[in-house]
Amino acid sequence: MTDFGRAVQRLRQKLAWQGTGLILPGLLWMVFFLIIPLILIVVLSFGWRGAYGPVDWGSTPAEFFSRMSLDNYVRLLDPLYLGVLWTSLRMAGLTTGICLLVGYPVAYYLARVAQRWRSLLLFLLLVPFWTNFLIRIYAWMLLLRTEGLVNQTLVVLGLIPEPLQIMYTPSAVMIAMVYEFLPFMVLPLYTSLEKLDPALLEAASDLYSRPARSFLRVTLPLSLPGVIAGTILVFIPTMGMFVVPDLMGGARTALVGNLVQRQFLAARDWPFGAAASMVLMALTLAATLLYTRVSGFGEELVV
Amino acid sequence: MTTRHSQGLAVFTGLFYLYLYLPILVLVAFSFNTQRLNLTWEGFTLHWYDVLLADAKVGAATRNTLAVALTSTITATAIGTLAALALQRYEFGLRRFSETSLYIPIVIPEIVMGIGLLSLYATLKISLGLTTITLSHIAFSIPFVALVVRARLHGFDRSLEEAAMDLGANEVITFVRVTLPLILPGVLAGAMLAFTLSLDDFIITFFTNGPGATTLPIYVYGLLRRIITPEVNALSTVWILTVLVAVFFSQRLESRET
Repeated sequence: MTDFGRAVQRLRQKLAWQGTGLILPGLLWMVFFLIIPLILIVVLSFGWRGAYGPVDWGSTPAEFFSRMSLDNYVRLLDPLYLGVLWTSLRMAGLTTGICLLVGYPVAYYLARVAQRWRSLLLFLLLVPFWTNFLIRIYAWMLLLRTEGLVNQTLVVLGLIPEPLQIMYTPSAVMIAMVYEFLPFMVLPLYTSLEKLDPALLEAASDLYSRPARSFLRVTLPLSLPGVIAGTILVFIPTMGMFVVPDLMGGARTALVGNLVQRQFLAARDWPFGAAASMVLMALTLAATLLYTRVSGFGEELVV
Repeated sequence: MTTRHSQGLAVFTGLFYLYLYLPILVLVAFSFNTQRLNLTWEGFTLHWYDVLLADAKVGAATRNTLAVALTSTITATAIGTLAALALQRYEFGLRRFSETSLYIPIVIPEIVMGIGLLSLYATLKISLGLTTITLSHIAFSIPFVALVVRARLHGFDRSLEEAAMDLGANEVITFVRVTLPLILPGVLAGAMLAFTLSLDDFIITFFTNGPGATTLPIYVYGLLRRIITPEVNALSTVWILTVLVAVFFSQRLESRET
C-alpha cells in the first residue's frame, strides 16, 4: 500500500472512532432503556405469573428458560380475549375510516386555498394538537355528559325528547378518538395533495374527463401515499389506546391497550400482559412495514 | 375545481375548524363559571383560579413536572445532538443499528415502551419515582432531538469549519466557536420539542411513576376519574395558554433560522 493509501485509511479509521464516540451515549441509552426493555417483554411473554409477584423468574435463569411456554398466547385465543382484539381492530379501523372521510376534504381544501390563508389554517390545525391529550378528552367528557352541552342543544332543538346516554358507550370512545387523531390524518394527506401538479387535472379535463372521474383516476391515486401514512399514524395509536376507553368507555369497552394496562397495573399478571402487547406490536409492525413498502421511508411524516 | 365544489369544501372546512375549537372554547369558558357542578352557565367568576393557586397538590405536581422536564430536556438535548452529529457526518460500524434504535420509539405504541420500562425497573429492583420517570423521558426524547438537529445539519456549510481549521483552530475550538453557534437554533428547537414531549407525556409516566412522584398529567388523570369541578377547567386553561406561549416562541426561533 502506498503512503497516501495508508494515510487515507488512518484518517478513515480516526473518523470512524470519532463517530462511534459521538453516537455512544445515545446508543447506550437506547439499548438500555429501549432495546433491553423490549427484549424483556418478549421473554416475559413466554413466562408465567408468580405466586407472590407479577412474574416468576424461577430460581435460576436456566430454570426459567426450560419452563418457557406459549401458554399466554394460547390463553389469548379464549373467545373473551379474541373479542377484545376484534373490538380493538374494529374501533381502530372505524376511527381511521372516519378520520379519512373527514380529513380528506379538509386536506384537499388546504392544499388548494390561497397561500396567505393556508399557513394560518395549518397553524390552527396544530393548536388543539399541542393541547395535552387528557385536556382534549376532558373537553369531550364535559360536552357528552347526560347534562352536557350536546344533549342540552339536541333537546332544545327538539331533535331528541330526552338526553341520550352517550358517555360510557363505545360511541363516546369513538368520538373522542377521532378528535384526538384527526390532525395525524390531515397533515400527511395535505403533504401529498399539495405536491399534486394542477396541470395533471387540467390535462384530464382537456381530455374530456369529468371532475368525478379526474378525482378517482388522478387525484386519489396520487394522494395514496398520504392516505397510507395518515391511516398508519392514526391506526397505531388507536390500537394501543387505553386512556380514552378507560375514562369514557365504561367497563364495556375494553381494547387491547386496556387489556395490557390491566394485566400490568391491576391484575398483576405481567407475562399475559406482555403476550397481549406482543400481539399489539405485531399488528403495528405489520402496518408500519406496509407503509414503508408502499410510500418510501418516512417522507410523508415530514410536513 | 368548479366554484360550487370549492364553496362546498370551504363550508366543510369551516365546520371542521368549528368542531376542532368548540370543545376547547367551551372548556375554557366554563372555567369562569360560578356553578360548582359546572352543568349550566350561571355567572362569571375567577374563583376557580384562586382555588387552583391555593391547591398544594397541583403545586407539587407542577414542580415535579418541571423538574423532570428540565432534567430530561438538558440530558436528551446533549446526547441527541451528539448522536445527530455522528449520524449526519460520520461513517462507522454501528451506524445502521443506531439508526434503527433511534427510529423504534417513533413507530411502536407508547404503551409497549411503558410496560417494557416498568419491567426493566422491576427486574433491577429500582424503585419507581421521579428518577425512573426522568430516565424514561430522556429515552423517548433523544430520538426526537436527533431528528430535529439532523434536519438542521443537513444544509450545513462545512467550508466554514474548514476555514476555522485553516486559520489554526483545533477541532474542539472549531466546534465551540463555529459549529455550535451555527446549529444552535436547531439544538434549541430540539430542546423545545423534548421539553414539550416531557411536559405532555402521560403514557410512559403512567407506567414509570411511583408514590410521591405525581406529575401534572398523572394528577389530572386521577381527577378525571373522580369528581370534576371547574378547577380542572381552570387548570386546563392555564396549561393551554402556557403551551401556546411556548409554541409561539419556538416558532419564532424556527423562523429566525430559515
